Amino acid sequence: MHWNNISEFLAMGGYGFYVWGSFAVTFLSMAIELWLINQRRKSVTRTLEQ
Amino acid sequence: MEKKLDINWFKYASPKTFYPLAGKIIPWCAIGAAILIAYGLYIGLFVAPTDFQQGEGYRIIFVHVPSAWFSMFLYLIMAFYASMGLVFNAKLSYMMATAIAPTGAMFTFVALVTGSLWGKPMWGAWWVWDARLTSELILLFLYIGYFSLQAAIDDKNRADKASAVLALVGAINVPIIYFSVKWWNTLHQGSSVSLTKAPAMAAVMLEGMLVMAIGFWLYSIAIILMRVRCDILERDSKLQMFKKD
Amino acid sequence: MIEANQNTTSGSTHLLGEKSTVTNSMSAYSVLLEILKRDIRVALRRQSDVAAVFFFFIIAASLFPLGSGADPKLLSAMAPSVLWVTALLSCMLSLSRIFASDYADGTLEQMLLSNQPTVLIVLMKILAHWILSGLPLVLVAPLIGLQFNLSNEQLQVLAISLLMGTLALSLIGSIGAALTLGIRSTGVLIAILVLPLYIPVLVFGAGAVNAVSIGMSPNGALSLLGAVLALALVFSPLASAAALRIALE
Repeated sequence: MHWNNISEFLAMGGYGFYVWGSFAVTFLSMAIELWLINQRRKSVTRTLEQ
Repeated sequence: MEKKLDINWFKYASPKTFYPLAGKIIPWCAIGAAILIAYGLYIGLFVAPTDFQQGEGYRIIFVHVPSAWFSMFLYLIMAFYASMGLVFNAKLSYMMATAIAPTGAMFTFVALVTGSLWGKPMWGAWWVWDARLTSELILLFLYIGYFSLQAAIDDKNRADKASAVLALVGAINVPIIYFSVKWWNTLHQGSSVSLTKAPAMAAVMLEGMLVMAIGFWLYSIAIILMRVRCDILERDSKLQMFKKD
Repeated sequence: MIEANQNTTSGSTHLLGEKSTVTNSMSAYSVLLEILKRDIRVALRRQSDVAAVFFFFIIAASLFPLGSGADPKLLSAMAPSVLWVTALLSCMLSLSRIFASDYADGTLEQMLLSNQPTVLIVLMKILAHWILSGLPLVLVAPLIGLQFNLSNEQLQVLAISLLMGTLALSLIGSIGAALTLGIRSTGVLIAILVLPLYIPVLVFGAGAVNAVSIGMSPNGALSLLGAVLALALVFSPLASAAALRIALE
C-alpha cells in the first residue's frame, strides 16, 4: 500500500481522469450489460407466466 | 434406463436439460467473478508499484489488457460454437454463439475506450493507428456485422446458420487481418509508437492482470449463460416447454 | 442449341432444364464455361447496371481532389489510397448482382440441384462478376491515376495490384452476397459484412503502390496480395456455396 492519503489515491499522479475514467467505463459497461440481461429475463418470465 | 457409466454428453446438448444446469453454474461464476475482480482491483490499485516510465497512468492496463484478451478470446469461442452448430446442427450451439456476441462486443468497446484513455496521456493523441488498436477496431466491425446479419434475417433457423458461417469466416480472417495491419503499421511508422509495448512487467503487475482476466472470464460465463437461458425461454415460449415452472 | 431455349420474358436461360442431354453431349468443363458465358450475357442485358459501377468509380475518384484542393503533391500522395478505396467500393456496390437475379427467378435453385458441384458454379458466377465489374476498373484506374499525378511505375503497379485485388474482392464479396440473399435492402448490410474482410486486400494492394511512391520495391506487398488472392480462391467459393445452401433451404 503506497498511497499516503486519499487525495493522492484519487489523483493517480496526475493521471486521475484517465485511470478512473477507464475503470468507470469498464465497470459501467459490465453493469449495464448485467442490468440489460436482467430486464430481458424479467420480461420473458412475465410473458411465460401468462 | 441409462447405465450409470454411460456419460451421455449429448444430454446437455438439449436445451431442456441445459437450462437447469446453466442455472446452477451461474451463481457460482457470479460470486467467483466478484471476488476475483475485487482482488484484482486490490492488486492493481494498492499493491502494484508505480511504473518508472508511465507513473500511475499505467494502471489502466489492469482493465484494458483483460478486456482486449477477452474481446478476442470470446470471438474465437463464438466461432467454435458456430462451427459446432454447423457440424452437429445443434440449436443450443447456435444459441451459445449468439449469446457470446454481445459480451464480446462489450469487451471490444471497453478495450478501445480504455486504449484511447491510455494513449492520450502517454502518446498525446486520443487515437493511435497502431496494430493492436486498429485490429481491435476491426474486431468491433466483425461483431457489428454478426449482429446486423442476425437482425436482418427473420427466419431464426436461417439467421442461426448464416451468422454461424459469418462468424467462422470472420474467425479465419482474424489472423490475416491482424497480420496485414501489423505489416501496414511497420511500413508507415519507423519506430513503433505502440501501445502494445507494455511497461517492463513487474511480476505483481502480471499477477494483477491475470486475476482480473480470470474474474472477467467468470463474469462472461455467468452473463452468457444468463443470456442463453433467456434465449431458450424466448424461443420456447411458443412450445410452452416451461408452461408451469 | 442453347440459344433456342432462351426465355425472353424473364431473361433466364433454361440451360440446366435440358440437363440430361447437356451432360451427355458436353464435358463438365464446357458446362461450367457455359455458365460463365451465360452469366456475362445475362448481366450485359442490363447494361446500365454494369456501366453504373464503372461510372461510379470515375465520379467518386474525382470527388477527392474536389474535396481537398488540387495540390499535385497532395494528390499523388493520396492517390493510391483514393483509387484503391474507390475501386473497392465500386466492386462492393455490385456484389448483390452475383446471385440476386438468379435467385429471384428460381434459376439459382435449379443450378444448385444440378450435377455440377455448387462450388464450381459459384466460382463461375464470381468470375463473371469480376470480368464485368473488376476488370474494367483495372483498365480505367491508370487513366484516372494520371489525373492524380502518378508516375508510370506507380500506374503499372496500380494496374497489377487492382488486377489481383479486384478478383479477390469479388471472391470475398460473394460470401456477403450469398449470406444476404433475398433480404430486402441489403446494400448497406453487405457493406458492413464485407468491408472488414476487405481490409487485408486493401492494405496490400494500396501498400504496393505506396511502396513505389517511397522508392521501395512493390514485390513484397504484391506477393502478399497474391497469397490473399490464393486463399480467397480456395475458401471463398466454399463459404459462398455453404451460405447459398443455407439461404435456399
